[in-house]
Amino acid sequence: MKKHDKSLMTATAQASNQGAVHPEPWLNPDARPMVEIRGLTKRYGDTVAVNRADLKIYKGELFSILGASGSGKSTLLRLLAGFEAPSEGSILIDGVDMTAVPPYERPVNIMFQSYALFPHMTVEQNVAYGLKKERVPGAQIRQRVGDILETVKMGHLAKRKPGTLSGGESQRVALARALVKQPKLLLLDEPLAALDKKLREHTQFELMNLQDELGITFVVVTHDQEEAMILSTRIAVMNHGRFEQIGTPSEIYEYPKNRFIADFIGKANLLQAEVTAVKNGIVTAFSEELGAELDACAVGQQVPAMGSRVWIAVRPEKIFISKESPAEQGSGGGRTVFRGTVEGLGYFGNLSIYRVELASGKILQVSAQNRVRTARKTVEWDDQVFISWDIRSTILLEV
Amino acid sequence: MKRRSTGLLTMVAFGYAFLYLPLLSVIVYSFNDSRLVTLWGGFSLRWYRSLLDNENILAAALLSLQIALVSATVATVFGTLVALSLNRLGRFKGRTLLTGMVTSPLVMPEIITGISLLFLFITLSEWIGWPGSRGAVTITIAHITFSMAYVTVVVRSRLSGMGQSLEEAAMDLGGRPLAVFFDITIPAIAPAMISGWLLAFTLSLDDVVIASFVSGPGATTLPMLIFSKVRLGVTPDINALATVIILLVSAGVITAAMLTQPKDKSRAG
Amino acid sequence: MIRRLQRGDGRRQWLRMALVLPYLWLLLFFLAPFIIIFKISLADPLVAVPPFTALIDWAAQGWDRIYVTLDNYLFLFEDRYYGVIFLSSIKLAAISTMLCLLLGYPIAYFIARQTPRRRNLLLLGIILPFWISFLLRVYAWIGLLNTHGVINNFLLWLGLIDQPLALIYNDFAVYLGIVYSYLPFMILPLYANLEKLDLDLHDAAADLGARNWQVFFDVTLPLSLPGIIAGCLLVFIPAIGEFIIPALLGGSDTLMIGRALWDEFFINRDWPVASAVSVVLLLILVLPMMWFQKAQAQTDAGAEAQGGVV
Repeated sequence: MKKHDKSLMTATAQASNQGAVHPEPWLNPDARPMVEIRGLTKRYGDTVAVNRADLKIYKGELFSILGASGSGKSTLLRLLAGFEAPSEGSILIDGVDMTAVPPYERPVNIMFQSYALFPHMTVEQNVAYGLKKERVPGAQIRQRVGDILETVKMGHLAKRKPGTLSGGESQRVALARALVKQPKLLLLDEPLAALDKKLREHTQFELMNLQDELGITFVVVTHDQEEAMILSTRIAVMNHGRFEQIGTPSEIYEYPKNRFIADFIGKANLLQAEVTAVKNGIVTAFSEELGAELDACAVGQQVPAMGSRVWIAVRPEKIFISKESPAEQGSGGGRTVFRGTVEGLGYFGNLSIYRVELASGKILQVSAQNRVRTARKTVEWDDQVFISWDIRSTILLEV
Repeated sequence: MKRRSTGLLTMVAFGYAFLYLPLLSVIVYSFNDSRLVTLWGGFSLRWYRSLLDNENILAAALLSLQIALVSATVATVFGTLVALSLNRLGRFKGRTLLTGMVTSPLVMPEIITGISLLFLFITLSEWIGWPGSRGAVTITIAHITFSMAYVTVVVRSRLSGMGQSLEEAAMDLGGRPLAVFFDITIPAIAPAMISGWLLAFTLSLDDVVIASFVSGPGATTLPMLIFSKVRLGVTPDINALATVIILLVSAGVITAAMLTQPKDKSRAG
Repeated sequence: MIRRLQRGDGRRQWLRMALVLPYLWLLLFFLAPFIIIFKISLADPLVAVPPFTALIDWAAQGWDRIYVTLDNYLFLFEDRYYGVIFLSSIKLAAISTMLCLLLGYPIAYFIARQTPRRRNLLLLGIILPFWISFLLRVYAWIGLLNTHGVINNFLLWLGLIDQPLALIYNDFAVYLGIVYSYLPFMILPLYANLEKLDLDLHDAAADLGARNWQVFFDVTLPLSLPGIIAGCLLVFIPAIGEFIIPALLGGSDTLMIGRALWDEFFINRDWPVASAVSVVLLLILVLPMMWFQKAQAQTDAGAEAQGGVV
């Protein structure tokens, strides 16, 4: 452990040399990553769980790895913790190659999805276990265990056995047990999955506060996109063992790179189209499904060639729905406008979701905030409506 | 629903009566003064006294206990190691053979196990001069061999039930493999090891068939002795012996059940 | 670059080393005996009349000069006695298994429907006899079934019969003994299965118009099939090779393979034939045993998948 402590000190020294910590270190080309994953591959027989993954995570981040089950996110977590050895590639933590370092020597701690609290030890003994293995002196162990249990508000249950704790309490103990070792990196495996809805929201913000307070880098693995969006500084979306996109929550939501991301994160109306014109960064594409042409801006991406097939996405909340033509309202310029019939309607209280069938037969989903307090609906079933959106809301996806 | 319930209740009551009446009758008749086992001759403890005077029975009981203690202990160590290997080593050479060898005794007729082991001992003594004579040692070996299968099954089901995350958590917190084994794995599987040991102990104390094959003239275990006596019919001192065993085992099992019960409750609460 | 596997490397190493001893033990005391028994079943029965000389001869021949004879197996086929014994054993075991199922199913079903507290108590009642010596439990029936035993005395006293019934030393007593001894083996797997059964399924079937007995035959019974199979195998397999029960409760005309094997071995002292009988018995049991192991492996795999990483 000594070795790592030293490297931690040199790393912090370097960080201070570089001056103040950049608020968005991933934008700073000089920033040194806390975790660097290079060409990481893990194969089990013929199946590739993680496929040449590259990733940099910076100090103080709350980084989420988001993916469906079987996407390889759990394997990636186990590779980071050291429970699995990579088939290829390497993991560097603070510049030190971890490939040959066993889990018990890594400056990484994990909070298991099942919490994995030792059932035969009390809360206190559970939390103290890691420090004992580090051969920290007894008095210091008591001090640190007491402090961390206070931090997670579990001090009053220190003498209890895990079997008698509720889900939320177990989670706090598991968190305390991992944090007490002051790891460089804390891995959290589906940290909120086992909690009920109300507790989840509360815990979400507690986790963020705790992370802020302790300054430890968190890596959260989750299948819950809402959880990832709320918690994270950045998200890596994983699919078939690869990162489909890495970015801040808003980048991923507003600028999805490809069809998978647009579909996986939030809701999106997806349309296939063929590029018919490219002018001044504005791409015009003809969609057979709509029987019309659509304009879209290419943002920070390669402009597709004429005649190529592309996917176009529009988020439901970016679409404006009205019974009057938007041109009459004086907002027609730079907008895409269609006419349609309300074919379905869902009232959620704060918002309503409409399914609007266009002349071509294509159905688009539109959502609208219910800003005015009224018991009547402004738009009803079978109403003829106009839907429109700003061309900057049209997302052009890589195929 | 009601009508079927009464029918069901009758069946269940009959089932339990079927299980316990024979044992009850043995207990009652062990206090019978009459030598004619089926005629009630008044209450007496004479068969218990004669049991205490019977040196053959006492010697056989001692031998059986010794064999059961040693074989259960060795079988628990071996069985646990096999269970750990099968559950934690992943794929390794000879895994299939090991699985086969360790699960087969569960379904192997005792008589075949007995005959085959006897042949082995004879062959070995022809080849290498060991074992010189058959007796306690060969019985113990036979008992270890078949009861480790039971230990393996019990410990394995515990291991697969607990998954690997406890051990991984300990390792993640800085526990080295051997420390993790003693800090986490052993305490976690200890209940299974204890039940495995008890099972092996009971099986050893119970075995007539295998012991009859692999024993020599010098060694008679308690079940062998009982078997040779009861082949000739009911004997009152065996009633007394049976009563002692039934009561001892029942007390043990009930105590064990009561000890484990409150734990379950606290876990649920 | 030398890449060490990090994952539990040290642990694996010591476990591998620790496994060597039990592994060798099983090879020597479990596998080797079967090879020997197979070998002896192929040896000449004439040489083997005094068992010891037979083995010295056999051992002295060494492995290079093995001579093989199928005479023992031919003997088993020609001698009708053994055919009858095998069939009779299978019949006795099969009928006992069915009886166990008929008695055990309602009990398992009943226990599975109780509150957890009562359930534990009732289960304890099933498990308790299992811990008490098998031999003594069979012995207990002798006193009950004897010509002048408890049951006959009781019936005579009631005046229901004039003459004692022949309750012991016949096939009836053997059925009784097997059902009695193996009942817990039937009930426990059945219970484990029935306990997991979702009661909503019953309600769903009832809601869709099934009557109670239809719910049972359409839903409960098919879903408990794995439990039934496990229980039946756990009774059938040991019952077929059973020795103690026919020896203590059976009549001279009760034909069971375990008993015939014992006699062949200790009374006739024809070891090659005894070995051949063992091999044939094993062959009969191979199918149910493989079935059982497959079922066991599936449960294991299920449990491991649940505990393992997804």
